[in-house]
This record gives sequence, C-alpha cells and structure tokens, in this order.
Amino acid sequence: MKTSEQESIGGANMARRSFLRYAGLGVASAGLLATAACHKDHKVVVSGGIDIGAKGDLAILNYAYALEQLEAAFYIQVITTPYSGMTSDEKALFTSIRDHEVLHREFFKAALGGNAIPALTVDFSTIDFTKKSAVLGAAKAFEDTGVKAYDGAGYLIQDAGYLTIAGKIVSVEARHAALISNMLVAGSFAADDQVDSNGLNKSATIAEVLPIANTYLKTKVSATNYSYVA
Amino acid sequence: MNLFNIIDEIEKFDPELNDRLNPRRAAIKNITSFGSKVAMAAVPFAMGTMLKRAYGATAAPTVVEVLNYALTLEYLESSFYNQGAASAGLIPAAGASYINTVKDDENQHVAFLKTAITASGGTPVTSPKFDFTAGGGTGNGPFKGLFSNYTLFLKVALAFEDTGVRAYKGQAPNLLGNKDILTAALSIHAVEARHASAIRQLLGVSPWITSTATLGNDTGVSQVNGNYDGEQNVTQGPVNVTTLPSISGSTTSVAIATAAFDEPLSMDQVLALLVGTFIYT
Repeated sequence: MKTSEQESIGGANMARRSFLRYAGLGVASAGLLATAACHKDHKVVVSGGIDIGAKGDLAILNYAYALEQLEAAFYIQVITTPYSGMTSDEKALFTSIRDHEVLHREFFKAALGGNAIPALTVDFSTIDFTKKSAVLGAAKAFEDTGVKAYDGAGYLIQDAGYLTIAGKIVSVEARHAALISNMLVAGSFAADDQVDSNGLNKSATIAEVLPIANTYLKTKVSATNYSYVA
Repeated sequence: MNLFNIIDEIEKFDPELNDRLNPRRAAIKNITSFGSKVAMAAVPFAMGTMLKRAYGATAAPTVVEVLNYALTLEYLESSFYNQGAASAGLIPAAGASYINTVKDDENQHVAFLKTAITASGGTPVTSPKFDFTAGGGTGNGPFKGLFSNYTLFLKVALAFEDTGVRAYKGQAPNLLGNKDILTAALSIHAVEARHASAIRQLLGVSPWITSTATLGNDTGVSQVNGNYDGEQNVTQGPVNVTTLPSISGSTTSVAIATAAFDEPLSMDQVLALLVGTFIYT
C-alpha cells in the first residue's frame, strides 16, 4: 500500500490532538503525551488506513482495540446470520463470546477515550457464514491469533495496571480459543499448533499479527513504530 | 499445629525463605519465651503475616521468587494429574485424551520452569507435599475419594486450573517489561486458561467464569469459594464496565461483565488458599 506524509488523517490523530488540550491536567501524562505527539508529527501515516501511533501504552491499547473490534464484528455477524444447523447450545456459546468481545471493544474505547483509533470497517467477504466449518475455522483463527497477540505484546506494556487488564482479557480469549478448538476437533484445546513442546502457548509480534488482521479489514491498520506498515 | 515444623517444611521447598525471614525467624523462635502469653489463635495470623512479608507484600518478589512460586503451583498440578492418570478406572475413555494433554502440559511446565530458574541464576525449589483431598495431610478433606470419583476429580482440577490462571495473572506486574520471562509466564497463563476451559467442558459447565449474585464457583463445592472470590469484580481500571454499552442496550449485565474479564490473585492470597489444605507439612 502506498504511504504518504500527511499532516493529519483519520480520527486517531484528531482525537489525540483534542486530548492534548486536556493533557495539562496531569504533569506526568502531559509529558508522556507531549513525547507521543512529537513522534506523531513526524510519522508516516498510511493513506486510507490508520496507525496505532508512537511507541507506548496507547499504541498497545489501540492495537488491542483494533483486534477486539475485529472479533466483536465477527461474532456479531455469526449471530446475525447463523450457519446452517446451528444448535441452540452453539448459538448460546457464540452469543456469550460475542458479548465478551463487544465488552472488550467497548472497554478499550472507553479507556482510550480521545486517544482511540476510529471504528474500523471490516471485510469478511472471504468467510462463508452459512457454513459451520468456515465459521469455526475463522473463529479459531481469530481466537488463537488474539491469544498469541496479547501474549506477544504483554512485555511492551509499561503500566502494571494495563498489563493486568490485558491479562484479564487474554485468559478469557484463551477460554474461547479452547472451546472453539474443541468444537472443531474434540480434545484439541491445547494442540501443538498453538502450544509448544514446553507447554507454552505460542506468541506473536505486532508485525506478525496485523497482516493477518488486515486481511479482514477494509481499514488497514499499521504499526509503523513496531516495524509494520500495511 | 507446629509452627516450627511448618517453617522448616517451607524452607525445604523454598531454600531462600530463611534469608527472607531472618531475623524474623529468630523472633518467631523467641515466641516460646513468651510461653502462654501468646494465644494459639495468634499463631495462624503470625504465619500469614510472615508469608506475606516473605513473599512480597512489602517488596516486589524477584524474578526467581516468582518463578519458584510458579514452579510450586505446577508441582501441585502435575502431581495431581499424574496421580489421576495412574488411578485405574478413574478417567473414562472420553476424557482420557483431555486429561493426558493437560497432564503432559503441566509436567512440561515443571521442566520448563526449573530450566528457567536455573538460567536466571536461581535454584529450583523442591516439591512440597500435597493432600488433594484438601485435608492438610489427613487425606480426609472435603475432596476425599477424588481419585475414584471422576466428577470430584474434575472439580478439583477445575479449582486448580482457574486458580492457576489467577495466580499467573497476579504475577504479571512483577515481571513488567521482562521480554523473555513475562512472555513465557503469559504463555503458560494462556495454556492454563485453555485447560480451565476444557475441564469446564468435561464437567458440563460454562467455559468461562460468570459471577452474578453469587460467586462464580462452578465446582459446587463451597470449600473452594475463596478460589473464586474477586471474580465478581466489574471495575476495570477506571471503568465500571457494566456502564458500557452492550449489544442489547446502553449498559452491560454483571454476568457478561464478570465473564469477560478474569481476575488475578496475589501470591499471599494463593498461598493462603493452598497451604494447610492442599499443601501441607
């Protein structure tokens, strides 16, 4: 994708700018955000897409927010157009997962406030929502990728409170992932496609995760300061 | 109970405890000089305070201390599943692959953590003794018969897995920014959550912990209520998440709010839940 230097594009930058007006409320946060703003002004902004911004917790939270937006949108679609033969038990489970993902999305939106990236437009044209196998396959990909993404980005979080909250969310994602895996293949909840020979869940970097996420997004998400441009 | 034996036993699985306790240990030994002036009721309190001080309420534990704590929990889980898998007639064919996967993972966690501790310049603790009936060594606790009763076995497994998830989560801030160790700990944390989900599916309960008016303790065994206390929290950072929009309206139910976020436990909370019941001297 072509990139270009632009003064300001999209809601994230606008939102950060307006947030900065209020940042004087706290000396520490004002300092942090001033640094962020300085980096931002020199940042290459992806044309037609958004970037999670300068290195730091806001970027990681926006990264999580992007992934949760994607997951929430996926399960909303699963429930809106149930696959052929979806049982009531399956529908109840997917409804719960949808509700968890929507709350994760809303949490990050609220926590980020004016610093949040905008709502992303999804593109699920490659998923056949009428077929159970296609939906479960996509759900497994989303959940497994989500778990690997949180595990891989945890060390980048600088605030202990945010790290704990990320931990609170990733274990719920792992519960989802295990359920979905078992629905596909009974007993595959910790199979070696996701868990290594030390019994550790695999983890993934931002630069590994975003290209996967972007295949389901019309609004491409970049992480220029974490070595990935869409 | 014999406080000095407990201290000695803890030292066996935590060789560094002595360093942490001194000179408090000498002070504790001097309790005898107070004789009857010290009420027995005060002894468990003293024990709890000591563990709290030793394990980090006043100072963040070191990386090696966190890893040895994790190793102790993995000893508990691996020993539990090893014994379960070795109990003839306990695990039905339908559950065998599930339990074997979990067992293998827990044994791998023990081996991995020992290696990580050594690589971090520490000494891996040795395993404490376990009473999986939660009887504190009597073998006669509330979960008596668990190795011949599959449902009871699964309930104990569930309590261990859900508690393990909470325990790892609670240590994440102590590993802040540590790329290798935090990432590894989060990766074990995720596997424990996968286990918890799978054990819940075997038991026929929800894969996630939903707390509403009552604690989200799906084991149905009140003795482990404490392992679930705190899961009813709905405030994440500065946000009461029940005030956020859901699909069905402008707010979110407590059930969704509690299920969507798992809650941590501190090191002293976890030890208080396990020592004297599942872990004994």
